[in-house]
Amino acid sequence: MQGTNGFALQTAASGITQLLWLIPAIPMVAAGVIALLKQPARKLAATLAIGSLALSLLLALVAFSHVLSGWTSGHNVRETANFTWLQFGTSTVDLGWVLDPLSAVMLVMVTFVGLLIVIYSTGYMAHDENFTRFFCFLSLFAGAMLGVVIANSLLLLFMCWELVGLTSYLLIGFWYQKPSAAAAAKKAFLTTRVGDIFFLLGIVWLFAQTGTLLFYNSGAGSMEPAALNGLLAAPAALGLSAATVIGLLIFAGAAGKSGQLPLHVWLPDAMEGPTPVSALIHAATMVAAGVYLIARVYPLMQAGTPAGGITTALTVVTWVGAATAVFAALIAVAQDDIKRILAYSTVSQLGYMMAGLGLGGVAVGMFHLITHAFFKALLFMGAGSVIHGVHEEQDVRKMGGLRKAMPLTFATYAIGMLALSGFPIVFSGFWSKDGILAAAKDAHFSRGPFYLLVFGAVLTAFYMTRQVSYVFFGKWRGHGHAHESPAVMTAPLAILAFFAIALGVIGTPAWPWFRSFLEGHAAAIEFGKFGESEFLVLLLTSTLIVLVGLGFGWLLYGSKSPAPEERDVLEKAVPPVWAALRNRLYVDEFYGVTFIAFYKWWAEVADWLDRRVWGGIVALVIWVFGRLAHFDRFFDNEWVNGGFDKGCEELYSGGGLLARVQSGRTQTYLRLLAVAVVVLAVILIWSSRP
Amino acid sequence: MSPLSCYLLVAALVFAIGLAGALTRRNAILVLIGIELMLNAANLNLIAFWRYGPNPAALTGLMFAVFSIAVAAAEAAVGLGLVISIYRHLRTTDLDEISRMKG
Amino acid sequence: MVIFAILAALTVAGGLAAVMLRNTVHCALAVAVAFAGLALLFLRLNAQFAGFAQILVYVGAVAILVVFAILLTRNSETPATGVFSKTWLAGLVIAAAVFAVLAWAVIKSQAALPQEQTEPQISVAQIGNALMGRYVLPLEIVAVLLTAAMIGAVIVAMHEKGSAK
Repeated sequence: MQGTNGFALQTAASGITQLLWLIPAIPMVAAGVIALLKQPARKLAATLAIGSLALSLLLALVAFSHVLSGWTSGHNVRETANFTWLQFGTSTVDLGWVLDPLSAVMLVMVTFVGLLIVIYSTGYMAHDENFTRFFCFLSLFAGAMLGVVIANSLLLLFMCWELVGLTSYLLIGFWYQKPSAAAAAKKAFLTTRVGDIFFLLGIVWLFAQTGTLLFYNSGAGSMEPAALNGLLAAPAALGLSAATVIGLLIFAGAAGKSGQLPLHVWLPDAMEGPTPVSALIHAATMVAAGVYLIARVYPLMQAGTPAGGITTALTVVTWVGAATAVFAALIAVAQDDIKRILAYSTVSQLGYMMAGLGLGGVAVGMFHLITHAFFKALLFMGAGSVIHGVHEEQDVRKMGGLRKAMPLTFATYAIGMLALSGFPIVFSGFWSKDGILAAAKDAHFSRGPFYLLVFGAVLTAFYMTRQVSYVFFGKWRGHGHAHESPAVMTAPLAILAFFAIALGVIGTPAWPWFRSFLEGHAAAIEFGKFGESEFLVLLLTSTLIVLVGLGFGWLLYGSKSPAPEERDVLEKAVPPVWAALRNRLYVDEFYGVTFIAFYKWWAEVADWLDRRVWGGIVALVIWVFGRLAHFDRFFDNEWVNGGFDKGCEELYSGGGLLARVQSGRTQTYLRLLAVAVVVLAVILIWSSRP
Repeated sequence: MSPLSCYLLVAALVFAIGLAGALTRRNAILVLIGIELMLNAANLNLIAFWRYGPNPAALTGLMFAVFSIAVAAAEAAVGLGLVISIYRHLRTTDLDEISRMKG
Repeated sequence: MVIFAILAALTVAGGLAAVMLRNTVHCALAVAVAFAGLALLFLRLNAQFAGFAQILVYVGAVAILVVFAILLTRNSETPATGVFSKTWLAGLVIAAAVFAVLAWAVIKSQAALPQEQTEPQISVAQIGNALMGRYVLPLEIVAVLLTAAMIGAVIVAMHEKGSAK
């Protein structure tokens, strides 16, 4: 990440770095306070949530400006504030936070998008009776996500990572009375758990190998050259180095959180949660956490790059990303739920980000993450607006012609859709996706990812056109009347739409500001870059892709409004393919038959063991103790009590014997007296003998 | 065998005889008779020692014996009164049967 | 010496008779004989006052008293069962033991016994002076004792008279 022709490193911890922990802490504290409120305190809860996040945004902007000023004055800022948390003998476990361009950019994005969504939620959840609980969880999530962003220690990151997973579970299952929502929450948690196990293994291994979990620690951190060289030298399995294997393990965790193949199954089901949740968590932030993680440990992933080539870890990341991109895009084509289409779109775009990271580096992947956050949040919130406007209907076949009834929503949604499809030049999505495609084209190890990503782009444009046609064009096929959403919901849409366009500016080849900012070297505006042949070829390719997708989609779906009962055009054309795509390529069913069935069997074995074997042992022990207790009682009764009684009897009869002395007969007494006298006399005489 | 020793032996003999009578006879009155014999034997002892002792002029032994006689008389009176009283209650003077003090 | 032997034999015989005879009245008379023998022994020991006092009190009063008591508690001439206790042997043994101890003490201490041979000449005046002088306290106490005994005997007898019907 240190540009060789880049700036000098600035590592002194400034004031804002020391206070960086406030950024996640404030929303968490707000969550705690809201948790103590009673349900009717809606205004207070909303104010606390919005206020805390606004405060965090303010602080994030301060941090960002600090880094920016450092960058403009020619320094690559990477300031850390570490402290020791635990100490075992000589080794310590440290925690800390880091402020560098990557975290600064992410902080601003998360707080800004988060703030907009929280404001949006006050309108969306206005009719819900669990209003306060929602904002409590939302604030907690925001705090946890911000914690992931600022973490300088893999352990702190993991802790906040788990907290993010927990809040995601709570929010997906927000309407827990619905069995499908509860099941979806469970599925999300468990699937990400599978990834997290590997993540934890990676963390432990890293700690064992390098002795530290800090990323940057003035040369002693795990992402710094000394540690990385050690990791490269240490061998692991299959001829790979420890660095590669640890990188892959960490990627497994990221794959779970970011819904990569094969751990993507939870993301579509997570749409059971309220739409703001889908917007925030499953579009902009939580799923991006996986991408952010890979960006954070990029030095590890990149360690030992052969000249002009790519490391094994990054190869795996690229292929998984590319495969996911196409896989999810295919499934998105055949879905009918407005949010599910967007969910699969998210999975697909996450694949793009991962591929971008692998092929082009941190800046490429992160740029797409940032732009995607804005337009995907926009799309989700637009979908929420639509759902709100058509009175909680989510099937696209039952919508139509909404562009007249909900013009603002339509306008912003169209902007988002075009950004996602990568419509040339105007929209930010074009520039970010273009960057990934350019990197893919230049990849030496294989052209496979490039072709996959191109195909995915075509599909993206296609299914988005299909969705927009169904929802906004054609005839209204639903019940009742649709109405536009209130300003509190449409205003954030407008703001996000603005950014969906504007952000493109910082990522063009003419002025690669974003890349320069992240990598720490100067960025010059060179309009000449637009004229380069490479760029023009790519521009042409991308434009072609988009137009093909859009055109094909319009052709098939256009202004036609098939009735809900009618079969889809493609379904009529290729029924088996459509069925497969509609059933999400049977991944869930596959898991059910293999892993879940195995687990069920295993659970039954364990139950049998528990009841028969352990239960039997316990019963045996109980029986033994019962016998012992019986024997003990017998012993006590017969021998102890009996012995005691016998003793008492003897004493009694002895007493009886002695009592005979008191016969009441005078002569007995006299005799005893006489005997006593004799004895006494004898003693006296005997003792006085010389 | 000095005269004193003879007297002492005689006294011891009478004493033993009296004791034997007190311990073996069933009639309460005969027990009292035995006791009187014992007292008398003791008196004999005292007088013998007075006579053959170092200072007969002090009259110690004699006085002792005289007083002993007086007390014995009083004791005999009371004792016999008691025996008669018991006889009136229990209609018997047989010591083997009188065990009211038992326990 | 001979006189002593005779008197001693008389006393011992009287004592033996007193404890061994079946008829209680005979026993009482025998014990009177024993008392008399003892009185004579006192006289022989130059304790004339004690001797006469013995005759007066013992033979004259106590023996008669005993006879009265026997006569008052007669339920039969001689009891059907033996006059001796069921466990007479134990008593005999004990008495023998006592005699043995006493005799042994006397015989063993012969050397230490005083051997004054001169007979004391005591006059009644001396006795009287002693009684009123040195022994006045015991005298008075004995007087009280005798009074108490008299009253006690009267009370014991009287109560019985009152309740026995």
